[in-house]
Amino acid sequence: MTAAEVAIRVRDVSHQFGEAGQARHVQALLNTSLDVARGELHCLIGPSGCGKSTLLSVIGGLTVPTTGTVTVDGKAVRGPLPRDLAFVFQENALFPWNTVFENVVLGMKFQGVPKAERQERARRALEAVGLEAFAEHFPGQLSGGMRQRAALARALSLETGILLMDEPFGALDEQTRMVLGEDLSVLLSRSRKTIVFVTHSLGEAVFLADRVAVFSARPGTIKEIITIDEPHPRKPSFMTAPKFHALRDRLYGLLHDEIRKSITETAQARRRYDDKAKSGTKNTGDAA
Amino acid sequence: MNGDTREPLAIRLASRGVQVAFALGLLLVWLLATNVWRVSSILLPNPIDVWHQLIEVIRSGEFVRDLRITFGEFAAAFVIAMVLGVTLGYFISRSRYWTKVFEPLFAAVYAIPIILFLPLYVMIWGLGPPSKIALGATISFFPIVLNTIVGFGNVDRSLTAAAESMGASNLQMFRHVLLPGALPVVLAGLRMGFTVALLSVIGSETIASLAGLGHRIVNLAENMEMARMFAYIVFVVAIVAILNSALSVIEAYARWR
Repeated sequence: MTAAEVAIRVRDVSHQFGEAGQARHVQALLNTSLDVARGELHCLIGPSGCGKSTLLSVIGGLTVPTTGTVTVDGKAVRGPLPRDLAFVFQENALFPWNTVFENVVLGMKFQGVPKAERQERARRALEAVGLEAFAEHFPGQLSGGMRQRAALARALSLETGILLMDEPFGALDEQTRMVLGEDLSVLLSRSRKTIVFVTHSLGEAVFLADRVAVFSARPGTIKEIITIDEPHPRKPSFMTAPKFHALRDRLYGLLHDEIRKSITETAQARRRYDDKAKSGTKNTGDAA
Repeated sequence: MNGDTREPLAIRLASRGVQVAFALGLLLVWLLATNVWRVSSILLPNPIDVWHQLIEVIRSGEFVRDLRITFGEFAAAFVIAMVLGVTLGYFISRSRYWTKVFEPLFAAVYAIPIILFLPLYVMIWGLGPPSKIALGATISFFPIVLNTIVGFGNVDRSLTAAAESMGASNLQMFRHVLLPGALPVVLAGLRMGFTVALLSVIGSETIASLAGLGHRIVNLAENMEMARMFAYIVFVVAIVAILNSALSVIEAYARWR
């Protein structure tokens, strides 16, 4: 990859919560490096707690890593970059006191879009996700899948080159997830955005991604990167193709040991924590 | 906030009916007690006498001075507590460290009967309105500051992260995320502060004062003018009921906004 093709460059990023030696000290990421090419959909997959969401937050400038650097379009990330990248969170993060339309408009207001443009862009974004009929609804009146579409519309309306999606369908049921995945694939093949997509679903990763980075158990680092060579938009039939299953199995093979390790590690950490609490060691510091 | 969450009309009417019947029943017991069961008129004056006294109090305009003093004390106390409580609470909520320090501290102080400080306040500020204002402000400060800390401290972190990622300025973050997120809890605190401010102002007037509705009521009791005293009690109850419903209207409007 030449420098011009790289949208996001992550170099030797490590991040820890709390200080070493504290009961709640967590080494979330260890010496992680990653290049995301312009226009690709890059999935991050790994056992829970491996730091994939932390990495996304570091890329987006919401978390300052303990060490390491991130550059977006050649610029070093030192804080949020609202003009370059937009987030879609797992819990959709829509403002419950605003209607869907107001939510989309408000995002653009924060970003600094001129007032005259906001309405039209919000309408277009809601149309793109098929929510134009629900513009005046409050998030609480929508289903989980519709809320996630609304959050996606808000992110799209910001017209950034990069989308960071943190398990956007994680809270949804399997069927809704599949349909939203198909829609996303169609939407994205049109917009050619660069996307980093955190997921814990193997099928979702294979179906959506151009490349999948597999994380090791905590402390998280990238173990392997798999290329999914299949043009977008992907059809539902891809999900039943032998190629899909071969890739999914390969991913599962890579992940399986890490998930076992992660479960054992979590249990051990839990025991250490309980022992410390029992022996009366004061624990200070917060692992957010 | 969204959808019609109100009870069906029939149920609302029924509960209103029970409330009205309860009030009427109380009045009936009062009538029976004074006219049939012959309870001493020194302990419980006849409601009809009380009614006449009430008419006279209102017609003569005698209440105006006391009402003005009590209401002035209450308003000053509440405004001081609100400004201090909301401002301090907001700034404390911005730091996890200060929250850890002050939240338990304020909660502990709130639990002690602050009315015990009234004699001290009277020594410092005298028998006039300033000591009542100080007491009312002290007492209503605590529920306001505590709810403000909790309200602003518990705004959903994913909402603030989202706003931050979209480039919200500090002012936009406050106006569009923190304030609406904290408002329901802060309003509940203001409502509590409102009630306790009124309570402590009138209460302290009955203990040590030169004027005001509480003072008037104690004075009438000491002069054995029981019917007139009851008339004043009814008057205060009515005023408080009006203030409370005005507050409900303001609260509903703020929530809707």
